[in-house]
Amino acid sequence: MFYAIFSWETISSAIRMTTPLAFASLGGVFSERSGVVNIALEGMMLVGAFFAAVFAHFFKNPWLAIFMAGIAGTFLALIHAVVSINFKVNQIVSGVALNMLATGGTTFLSRLIFQAAGSSPHLEGLKPWSIPILSYIPGIGKIFSDLSPLIIIMFLIFILSHFVLYKTVFGLRLRSVGENPQAADTLGINVYLYRYIGVLISGFLGGLGGAFLSLEHARVFVETMTVGRGFIALAAMIFGKWTPFGSLSACFLFGLAEAVRMRLEGVGLPTQFIQMIPYILTMLVLAGAVGRAVAPAADGIPYEKEEI
Amino acid sequence: MKDNSFIKELFWNVLSPTISIILALILGGIVIFFLGHNPFDVYVQVINFALGNPTGWGYVLFNATSLILAGLAVAVAFKGGLFNIGAEGQILVGGLLSAVVGLSLPNLPWFIHLPIVLLSAMIGGMLWALIPGLLKAKLGVHEVINTIMMNWIAYALTNYLVVNVVRETGVIYPLPQTAELPKSAVLPRLGFFFQSIGINIPDSNPVNASLFISFIMLILVYFLLWRTTLGYEIRAVGSNPSASENGGINLSKIIVITMLISGAIAGLASINDVLGYRHRFLDNFSHGTGFTGIAVALLGKNHPVGILFSSLLFGALDRMAIGMDVFTHIPREIISILQALIIITVAVGNEVFTRIFLRRRKL
Repeated sequence: MFYAIFSWETISSAIRMTTPLAFASLGGVFSERSGVVNIALEGMMLVGAFFAAVFAHFFKNPWLAIFMAGIAGTFLALIHAVVSINFKVNQIVSGVALNMLATGGTTFLSRLIFQAAGSSPHLEGLKPWSIPILSYIPGIGKIFSDLSPLIIIMFLIFILSHFVLYKTVFGLRLRSVGENPQAADTLGINVYLYRYIGVLISGFLGGLGGAFLSLEHARVFVETMTVGRGFIALAAMIFGKWTPFGSLSACFLFGLAEAVRMRLEGVGLPTQFIQMIPYILTMLVLAGAVGRAVAPAADGIPYEKEEI
Repeated sequence: MKDNSFIKELFWNVLSPTISIILALILGGIVIFFLGHNPFDVYVQVINFALGNPTGWGYVLFNATSLILAGLAVAVAFKGGLFNIGAEGQILVGGLLSAVVGLSLPNLPWFIHLPIVLLSAMIGGMLWALIPGLLKAKLGVHEVINTIMMNWIAYALTNYLVVNVVRETGVIYPLPQTAELPKSAVLPRLGFFFQSIGINIPDSNPVNASLFISFIMLILVYFLLWRTTLGYEIRAVGSNPSASENGGINLSKIIVITMLISGAIAGLASINDVLGYRHRFLDNFSHGTGFTGIAVALLGKNHPVGILFSSLLFGALDRMAIGMDVFTHIPREIISILQALIIITVAVGNEVFTRIFLRRRKL
């Protein structure tokens, strides 16, 4: 049984489970690094999953569908930005409301558009890729063959994001408005603009995560199909200490747990305790029992421009 | 002068939600129009369905019962400066604990059995709120993330227990649930009561004695927060933690107590379904009540009177959603969309108002 669980197939499946989490988690990094808490990631994934399904179904073009999923996530993020940056509404309240809007909205539209309760018709996703040379290696090669192109794009986006956040002026500024907006403002950095950018990027990435879920993983949109993945992504972001590669590693850990869980379910073992792992680990990290996670200093605090 | 500003504030507290609700209804009306229905006809039909007959009233009160308690739980924490998004998990754990305790006790007279079961619901909620409370008080970990995590742990844990440990045996019901509670551990339905005062709510209506418990809690929370020393300390910590610590209040003690009270009330929010309606614990029965509680508390300005009205509003909206299914082909989720829009516009309205208010004071 041990070999049935820990095989190359499990690793492949873990990578597939990691991908939607990783997109959303990276979105969380961008948003929270700029100082805006984003618990609406769950909703952003859900609208992404839904609009990817709509565009894939009606236009038969998966690339367009994935792009539009990102746009749909960005649109939800725009509401979050206006409400929590301009109007300074509590970011958690805004997030809770947006999650409700996403759940209600996608279910409403899904019933209207797909005419059937519960789910969309079968969706055609992207053509899978195999990485040349690596995919021919016996055993481990399985991991590199028949990959969704979106997985490879995910890895590239992570490398790019790390570079942008830590090696460019833009990244420095984005992080500075999340750490000390007053100081950043004094230096002439437009705090609102950078926070908008952070939140909108998180919406786009959250949407991509959702698109992977409906288009590449399940190949169907099911109502409320994210079932808490946005929150696992949030947990992974904290576990990864608000850094791109940290959250990617955490997402892989949680993705692996999910893959193992599905195998165990196959043999009829109770799997709810494996489901709890991401949440318990995150609480332990926050409590300082496993490493120490410190949020960006101004995370969650609306910025009030000083009036002179 | 002071009275004047009080009236102004009261006026705004009523006006701003009213504007939000009207805006949301107009937006919903536009959607209904584009789906080929006459918005006025649809609204008249569904509002009449929810509010124009005793059966509808019963359902609205039934829906409002859980929301009052969930809203109070969130509001008490809010007043103490804590954001309890964990009401959902606290409801589930409270509900499961009350059902398990109710089933495992031997035959008892109802006046012993029922209080024990009610207390178990509160203890379940308290247990689940205690962990984030302690982490906040002792280690300074922000309660928002921890309460979210506790929600998902509660989903998984209660699911495990109801599937593998306390599932009803013999009957194959598709969703996991416990066996039915004995008569001495459940709350009576209120049809007979309303009939006796001339309101013809049928006996089958789910509105039950939890409604009275929720009313009692509204009054108790008011007294706790505004008429006791503990309540004063909770509000002091909520509005200025460092000042209240300098004033001699034990900060971490108050944080833990606030979370415990909040959790206890959230745990009680389970009784409407578990003890009053189904008479058993059904897997994931709460369906987001804890999150709607946040909306209810926000809309009710964290005040018991406000929470009563916002619970009735959300309860009526939920009933209207069923009406949508009955009278139209419009998916009922249009009502959830309206609810979300109401929350966003009210939250924005509150901020705009405080800003105008503050600017006036500065001048």
